[in-house]
Amino acid sequence: MNIYEILLTNSPALIVAIPLLGAFLTPLISRINGKLRNLFAISVLGLTGFFIFWLAANIFIGKETFSYVFGGVETSTVIRIIFEVDALSIFMAIIAIILAFVGTVYSWAFMKDNTGLDKYYTLILLMTTGMLGMVLTGDMFNFFVFLEITSISSCALIAFRTNQGFAIDAGFKYIVISAIGALFVLFAIALLYSQYNALNMAVLANAIKYDFVDKIALVLLVGALAMKAGIVPMHMWLPDAYGRAPAPISLILVGVTQASLYGVLRVVFTVYGGISEILKVNAYLSLGTIVVILAIATMLVGVIMALKQFDFKRMIAYAAVAEIGFMILAIGTGLYLVGVGSLGADMAFKGGVFHIINDALDIGLLFLVAGSVYYATKETSLDKMGGLARNMKYTTIFFIIGLLAVAGMPPMNGFASKLIIYESIYQASPLLSIVAILSSIMLLAVFVKVFHSAFLGPAIPKFKNVKEAPKSMLLAMLLIACLIIFFGLFPDFIINNIVEPATNVLTGGVLS
Amino acid sequence: MKDEGMSRIVKTITSTIFPFIFIYGLYIIAHGHLTPGGGFQGGAVVASGCVMILVAYGSVWMMKKIKEKNLSVLESLGAIGFIGLAFLGLIFGEVFFSNYFANSKFFLFGEEVTFGVPEFANINTAGILPLMNFAVGLKVIAGLFAIVLIMAYATSKNKEGE
Amino acid sequence: MTLPFALNIPYIAVALLILLGLYAVIFKRNLIKIVIGITLIESGVNMFLITLGYRKGSIAPIYTSSPGGIMALPVPQALTLTSIVIGVAVLALMLSLVIHLYRHYNTLDVRKIGGGKE
Repeated sequence: MNIYEILLTNSPALIVAIPLLGAFLTPLISRINGKLRNLFAISVLGLTGFFIFWLAANIFIGKETFSYVFGGVETSTVIRIIFEVDALSIFMAIIAIILAFVGTVYSWAFMKDNTGLDKYYTLILLMTTGMLGMVLTGDMFNFFVFLEITSISSCALIAFRTNQGFAIDAGFKYIVISAIGALFVLFAIALLYSQYNALNMAVLANAIKYDFVDKIALVLLVGALAMKAGIVPMHMWLPDAYGRAPAPISLILVGVTQASLYGVLRVVFTVYGGISEILKVNAYLSLGTIVVILAIATMLVGVIMALKQFDFKRMIAYAAVAEIGFMILAIGTGLYLVGVGSLGADMAFKGGVFHIINDALDIGLLFLVAGSVYYATKETSLDKMGGLARNMKYTTIFFIIGLLAVAGMPPMNGFASKLIIYESIYQASPLLSIVAILSSIMLLAVFVKVFHSAFLGPAIPKFKNVKEAPKSMLLAMLLIACLIIFFGLFPDFIINNIVEPATNVLTGGVLS
Repeated sequence: MKDEGMSRIVKTITSTIFPFIFIYGLYIIAHGHLTPGGGFQGGAVVASGCVMILVAYGSVWMMKKIKEKNLSVLESLGAIGFIGLAFLGLIFGEVFFSNYFANSKFFLFGEEVTFGVPEFANINTAGILPLMNFAVGLKVIAGLFAIVLIMAYATSKNKEGE
Repeated sequence: MTLPFALNIPYIAVALLILLGLYAVIFKRNLIKIVIGITLIESGVNMFLITLGYRKGSIAPIYTSSPGGIMALPVPQALTLTSIVIGVAVLALMLSLVIHLYRHYNTLDVRKIGGGKE
């Protein structure tokens, strides 16, 4: 076995271990030099990204799943932690590492004037470890441990600016809700362990019978993970946490909420996917109906509350809530169609999974633009800004790209995924697709209002001398904008090669 | 200065008792693979002993003697030791975290385990587990003590009306 | 499989702890009492994990061949240990945030904090 084979077979463990080693080395390196620490963090994330893309190329082209047993060869009498990497896991890992890398590049200039930066980079690397561990693992208790690692480090990063009281308040609310949600997940895992004496997801999927205790465990798991993903009526922490965190942290937090959404998908489709056909059809029908109702409520609440905000980042946070509603609507429609028995469920799942990566890129770009506006003007309230397009040309262009992508206009990637969602919802019920299209149009109205009031208009004398954002921030925004345009111009390539293997994991043996 | 610690009797007694608590905590860390215990439990016992010294002597004096940077270095060394041992498992044993010392007649911790004997086993067994226990114990001692020291220092400065 | 009543008492204690913790988090106004409520929920869930591993008449699982009787399950004990460590970390983080909040707003009432630049 040459060196490439060894690295490839060990890459699921290396993907989680390299950011962890980097996080522990950062305080020591930070005592030497500040710039060295920034470069070290970016290079650790780059090395992890290289391993992820290499593994993704093998999984998408070779169409196989990698599994990795920690600490020994796979025997049947010893309980070991197993990492199970299939197409959906590596898809979410790609999203997580893109967001973490872009956020760290952006933070070079954005957080330059803050103190305590060695703890900041350590926490970013720990949060990346938690996100990657959550999506790669195949063991229920390991999922809980990585969920807690992610929520603790992201809470410390939300409350990073300790000179502002409302940021600490947002962090406190976030950790209270995260801790209670994670404890309910642990309770459900204990219930499942007591019934079947197994913690591995594959063993549970083979052994599960759908009696009363399993239903309680399913409700607790889906409820707690949906609370972390920001679905109405448990979304109260999302505007505070996204709106008051520093801008690159809001970007990486989008990845955290989507990793929790991945947890919901994994529980519903893999752990509970092995039950018998009659029970599964009934379960998917009722679950699909409930998810569709919650999704409509999420979209409407997100869009209506976004209309009346005056704070730039809080408005983008409510738009993020509405986008999560879109994702859940597609997946709920897919569940309902599987329950009813029609064949359009495959397209609904494809639209939902494709929208996950599109939403991460679009909302991420909008947060970065809001951050660069704050860096230049030190203002977050929209009625005090105006006429910024004269001095900040590149930021305005990036904002226009983000605006078109969120509203679902061609040639951006939002158009491709939203079109698939509209078509698949039309098969379930035409009224729902009208509601979805109206929500998109209202989002467009919200952001055009922001564009007009912040960037166009007469120049305010206080902002006559604002300069353009520094180069590292522009480079980060340029990376995401290039990805948005690339995904929008070639959606076929992305769907056939990347989204379809991920969707096949979800539907598994349901539609074949 | 009211926060300069407690009276001379308390300071003398805690200084005398502290080595016993320290040795007891190290015993719990070192025997983690035989009796209930291990890295976190023993580290918590030693950290409680250190906090007892902190309560007796006052947090302002303690912060001047032990700066927070040194505790951070100790904590990082413990964590790097843990991950470094896991990576060495990758190099020597071809799987991450593999226990390559166990049953291998190495001089440090590598004797064989005898099954079926109804008494406590040898301490010289179980490979890299005691080494990982030491690394985790060092990290827990430094980490928990740093948390309580910083909290005490922050609230004492607050009471003097910053 | 119905248990005799004496073996049900740990489960009733778990339910009481979790309900008391939820009551403290939802209905109390003092920040420290909310933190204590979260600790109560965590204690309840840990106790649930340990109670699941008990077999009737068993002893501690620290031998390689037990001197008498069967041994209790060791896996839930490892899970509970991890959960206790996570609980300590969350508690330290929440208390640090409470210290900062008190320094900013000079009150521990959860209805009076927050609401800065809206």
